[in-house]
Amino acid sequence: MTFSAGDLFLVLPELLIITAACVVFVLDPVLRTSDKDSLVWLSLGTLAVCMGLTASQMGTQTSIFSGLVVIDSYGVFWKLLLYFVTGLTILLSYSYLREERLYFGEYYGFILLSLTGMMVMVSAADLLTIYLGTELMSLSLYVMAGLKRKEPRSLEASAKYFVLGAFSSGILLYGISLLYGATGSTRLPAIASVIATHGFSDPLLLFSTILLAVGFGFKLAVVPFHMWTPDVYQGAPTSVTAFMAVASKAASFGAFLRVFVEGLGGVRTDWSAIFLLLCLATLVVGNIVALVQTNIKRMLAYSSIAHAGYALIGVVAAGRSEHSSGLSSVLLYIALYTFMTFGAFAIVAMLRKGTLEGEEIEDFTGLAKRHPLPALLMMIFMVSLAGIPPTAGFIGKLYVFRSAVEAGIAWLAAIALIFAAISAYYYLRVVMVMYMREPVDGTDPVPRLAMSPALSIVLACAVAGVVIFGIYPNPLVNLALQAVLTLK
Amino acid sequence: MTIPISYYLILSGVVFLTGIVGVLIRRNIIAILLSVELMLNATNINFVAFSDYFRDLGGQVFVFFALTVAAAEVAVGLAIIIALHRSRSSINIEEFNLLKW
Repeated sequence: MTFSAGDLFLVLPELLIITAACVVFVLDPVLRTSDKDSLVWLSLGTLAVCMGLTASQMGTQTSIFSGLVVIDSYGVFWKLLLYFVTGLTILLSYSYLREERLYFGEYYGFILLSLTGMMVMVSAADLLTIYLGTELMSLSLYVMAGLKRKEPRSLEASAKYFVLGAFSSGILLYGISLLYGATGSTRLPAIASVIATHGFSDPLLLFSTILLAVGFGFKLAVVPFHMWTPDVYQGAPTSVTAFMAVASKAASFGAFLRVFVEGLGGVRTDWSAIFLLLCLATLVVGNIVALVQTNIKRMLAYSSIAHAGYALIGVVAAGRSEHSSGLSSVLLYIALYTFMTFGAFAIVAMLRKGTLEGEEIEDFTGLAKRHPLPALLMMIFMVSLAGIPPTAGFIGKLYVFRSAVEAGIAWLAAIALIFAAISAYYYLRVVMVMYMREPVDGTDPVPRLAMSPALSIVLACAVAGVVIFGIYPNPLVNLALQAVLTLK
Repeated sequence: MTIPISYYLILSGVVFLTGIVGVLIRRNIIAILLSVELMLNATNINFVAFSDYFRDLGGQVFVFFALTVAAAEVAVGLAIIIALHRSRSSINIEEFNLLKW
């Protein structure tokens, strides 16, 4: 086991972020409450530096630390997306934590630790590093979900997330151990070469593939492994929910695609059949159950489950044809999903009823009258989530459906299209409530939006992504195509 | 005389299934946590057995990391359970019904 100083330089972004996290943890107890804003600027500054460093790695292709980690365009694509989401989360949390009167500096430390885990996940070339990255991400998220220590719902969400997360990690790890037994290595390229020479005859290999699919299924919140999602998304603080729904899903997709394409690419027709079933179940359950939700956080949770289903269409297509359009459509879909989902959660986080969060769909009644601009933004996010042109959501679905047609599964695209039409009902209901319904005068405190400069930046970034990539998606499409070329 | 690899696999399979069944049927969070530990230890048996079978140290290195992660997981888990017990005076999972399970 040897490594050079050059290897350390290539993982400098990870090292910087984990250092920043440690600095935040150390400074938090010694800083006065009024000085804790400096932790926010420290975290954001680190992210900006790392974004520059990682962007300069675009196009490189090196394997470092004896093949444990790989630096390639694919990893860089996900990392850039994750920096962006993390930056937005920190800005959103800055306003949200104030509104909730939670003055926890260590919160930003956990965000950065979680980000480090995600970065390791997407650049890992060994099942060991993938496992470690997943755990670092999840352990930080369990803590963040229970951040509102005084509120039983938040703790309950944290406990449920922990139990099901630990359970799924156990299944994932068992799958990894059987894969090691079937192939004699945990390195993805070595696994791929063994599968190429021996084929899929080994029952151990089949069993481990299924266990890995189940383990990743939990992390991606794919039906039937989704039951934790609505509870955790509803109970967790909304800024954490936004982070989980977007960043953790993106990182899980990154690691998942690398394992199944780079490591298990030799048996792609077999896993493609498994994911076809999961994809159908996810589309049906996610969209149908979202119809009956009255809590907007739960509704968005089911919506995020349904969106994982659409992304899985690209995965199934990638398994059925050698064409790289399936994979790139998944990357594109998740990147576009990021903007619209994060924007929607940002508005939900800032909707206040008195001092509490207004998280029922009813609380949006008449919002267009009181806050015309945020209501317009919420409408754009909802229209985009429903996949109506000319928004980012439409472009994402277009590319995914096109890859399905190219792979000869046009019927799957047709089914998904029907469910996309159904989904328009529950997304547009929010718009209807905001614009059409008159606010009722009662004794209840009137819901209002707690606007702040930080939140305005978040909303501006999200809506810019939705609108610009909805009209001119070419830069992102090319980036996604370039990224998947490095996946073998 | 060496013990065949299949014996180890059967042992780890039994331990793993015990863990899964424990997570699914036990109602006390501590018992569920212990069941998860059983699942992780079943994995460790696999890794060590395969490592010996292949004469490859990679599997044993994996065990070290898996043990460390398991310890970290328990630390976070117990902290959550203590916070939960303070607010609800119970660690029975059936009483956590604020969110639809």
